[in-house]
Amino acid sequence: MPTIEEIVEGRGICICAGSGGVGKTTTSAALAAGLAARGQKVCVLTIDPAKRLADSLGLQELENTPRRVDPTLFERAGSEMRGELWAMQLDAKATFDELVRKHAPDAETRDRILENRIYRQLSNALAGSQEYMAMEKLFEIHQEGRYDFVVLDTPPSRNALDFLDAPKRLTQFIEGRGMQMFMKPTGFATRVVGRGSSMAFSVLKRVTGLDLISDLSEFFQAFSGMVDGFRERAKRVSELLADPATTFVVVCGPQGEPIDEAVYFHRKLVEAKLPVGGVIVNKVHYEADEEAEGEAETDLRDLLDDELAERVAQNFADYQALAERDARNVEHLRRELNPRAVIRVPYLDEDVHDLEALLKIDRYLFATEEQREALAASGTA
Amino acid sequence: MPELLDKRLVFVTGKGGVGKSTISVSLGLAAAARGKRTIVCEIGGQETASRVFRRAEIGFHEVEVSDNLWAISIDPDHSLREYLLLQLKVRAMRDMLVRSRIFNYLAAATPGLKELLTIGKIWELAQPDRRVKKAQEYDLVIVDAPATGQGIGFLQTPRTFAGIARVGPVHSQAEELDRFITDHDSTGVAIVSLPEEMPVNESASLEASLRSDIGMAVDRVYMNALYPERFAKGEASELERALEDAQGPARAAVRAALSEYRRSRSQRDQLQRLKNAVSVPVKTLPFIFKPQLDVPSLQRLAGALV
Repeated sequence: MPTIEEIVEGRGICICAGSGGVGKTTTSAALAAGLAARGQKVCVLTIDPAKRLADSLGLQELENTPRRVDPTLFERAGSEMRGELWAMQLDAKATFDELVRKHAPDAETRDRILENRIYRQLSNALAGSQEYMAMEKLFEIHQEGRYDFVVLDTPPSRNALDFLDAPKRLTQFIEGRGMQMFMKPTGFATRVVGRGSSMAFSVLKRVTGLDLISDLSEFFQAFSGMVDGFRERAKRVSELLADPATTFVVVCGPQGEPIDEAVYFHRKLVEAKLPVGGVIVNKVHYEADEEAEGEAETDLRDLLDDELAERVAQNFADYQALAERDARNVEHLRRELNPRAVIRVPYLDEDVHDLEALLKIDRYLFATEEQREALAASGTA
Repeated sequence: MPELLDKRLVFVTGKGGVGKSTISVSLGLAAAARGKRTIVCEIGGQETASRVFRRAEIGFHEVEVSDNLWAISIDPDHSLREYLLLQLKVRAMRDMLVRSRIFNYLAAATPGLKELLTIGKIWELAQPDRRVKKAQEYDLVIVDAPATGQGIGFLQTPRTFAGIARVGPVHSQAEELDRFITDHDSTGVAIVSLPEEMPVNESASLEASLRSDIGMAVDRVYMNALYPERFAKGEASELERALEDAQGPARAAVRAALSEYRRSRSQRDQLQRLKNAVSVPVKTLPFIFKPQLDVPSLQRLAGALV
C-alpha cells in the first residue's frame, strides 16, 4: 500500500476532499507542514477559518494571498524545517471580484457588475461559487509557479462532489439558455421555447415581481461581455483537476456514514477519471487484540484497587467496541479502495489546533502501515 | 416566551459533522412523547430519519415514522412545483408555466431562490391552516438545517430576497417568511456544538451573527457527545503509576483509561469556553458508546434534550 510520500511523489497539487466535520482542514495543514519540513516549498490554501489553527501558523490576518509561516515555530515545536510553508485563507467574494476586474472589458461594465444586487448575492450565495473560487485560486497559485507543492482544503459542503462540477456549472450558468432568456426576453421566447412562451413570461412576472426579472436581465447583460474570458478560464481549471500533476485525497472519519461517503466519493472521482491517491481516515480508535478485554480485567485487579480496576475495564470495553467498529469500517474501505492507500490517523488525546499536534499527526501520516501499527501499540498516540 | 418545544418551528443548526441530524430526530421523539404532532424536515436528501427508523426513502412526502412523529425530505424542485400550484389558481396558467420550464430557468439562475423555496415549504408546514389541500396540521416543525460552513446563508435568504425583489409577490412572501422565522414566539433555534476547539468557536460566532444579521434569537446550545468523567484527578496519577508495571491487555486498558481522562478534561475546558462564549443556556448530551445509533439510543438522548 502506498505511503503519503509515494502518493504525492512527482506531483504538484493535492486536493483534500470530503464532507464537513471530518478534519479536512487539519489534515491539509498537517500534510503541507510535513512536506515543507521534508524540504519542499509548500502552499496550503484553506477555506475554513479555524481561528486557533490559523494563529498557530501565524495567520492572524486573514488574507487572500499566501503568507509564509515562521520557520522558528517548527523548531520550537521540536521539528526541523528544511523547506518553506506558506498558507492562506480563501476569501471567495474577493476572488470573484478579482475575476470580474480581470475580465471586464471596461471600467463601466466592471462597476455595473460589482454594484449589481444580484451579483452581490451571487458571489456569496450561488451554489458552487465558493467551490469554484477555491479552484480558481488554486489555478492562479499553480500558474504563478512559486511553489513546489500546493495543498487545497476544499470548502465544507453537504455534497463533497459539488466542487468538481463547479467550473462547469458556473459557465453553464453564465452562458445558459436561462440567461439568454433574461437578457433578451422576447427574442428568446420565439427562438427557444416557441409559442406561448411570452405569455408564460408575463405569468412569471406576475409570480415573481417585475423588478427581479429586470435586475437579472441587467446583470446578465453586463456579464455577457465577459462570458468568453470566463469560459476559457473555467475550461483550464477543469483541465488542471484532471492533470497528472494533481492528486485527490479523500478525508473521512471512522464512523459508518463518513466511510460510506468516502467510498461513494472515491468511486465518483475514479468514474470522472480524476487521479485519486487514497483516503485518510481521521480519529481512528486503534484496536487491541480481541481477547484483550477478558484478560485485562484479571490483570488490572493486581495493579489497581477493585473498584477502579472495574471502571478501567468498563472503559476499555467501551473503547474496544468503538475500535472494533472502526476496524470493520476501515476494512470495508480497504476492500473498496484496493490497491489505493487507506491511511489511519488515530484519535489523539488532545484537540488538534497547534503546530505541535499537527506534527504529531504527521508521524502517522508519513509512516508506513507497519510503522503506524507500531506507533499506536507503543502508546504514543 | 414559549419553551423550545412549545414553538411552532425549531431550526437545529451548527457546523458540519456535529450531530444535527441525530439531535433533530431526538428532539422530534421528545416532542412526540409529549403528545405533540411533530414533523422533522431534512434538507438535501441525506435521509437520516429513514435510516434510523428503517424505512424506505422518505422523499418529499409527509411520512409517519413513529407515534406522533412524521418526517419529510425537502428538495427545491418539489418545493418549486408545489409553490407554483399554490400560487396560480388558474390551472391553465400554471400548466403553461410548468411546461415552458421558464420558472426552472429562473430558479437555476437566481442565487438563493432554491433556499427561499425550501424555507417557504418549511413555513407552509408550520402554518395552522395549511396551504396544501387536505394537509394535516402540526404542532411543531423541526428543521435539520444545512451545515453552517460559511456563516448563516440559508437562514438569511428571506431577508436578502426581500431586499433583492423590491416589490411584487416574491418580495412580500420573502418578508412574510423573514417575519415568521425572526418571531421568537413562533420560531426557535438550537445550535449543536462539540467539545472541540473549532465547533465551539463556530457556535459562538453563529449565535452572534444569527442575532445581529438576521435578528433570530438562539434558545439553547447543545454540547453534543460529551465524555463521562470516569476518572478523578487523583486517580489519573494512580493510573500513570500502574502503566509502568502493566503488560499486554492490562496496559492497553490503562492507556485507554488515561486517554479517556485526558479527553474528558479537555472536553470540560471546551465546555467552559462555550459557556463563556454564548449568552444562552448550554445543555450537555452524553457521548453514546454505540457503533451505530438506533431508536433506543435516540430515545435516551431525547430524555436529555429537554
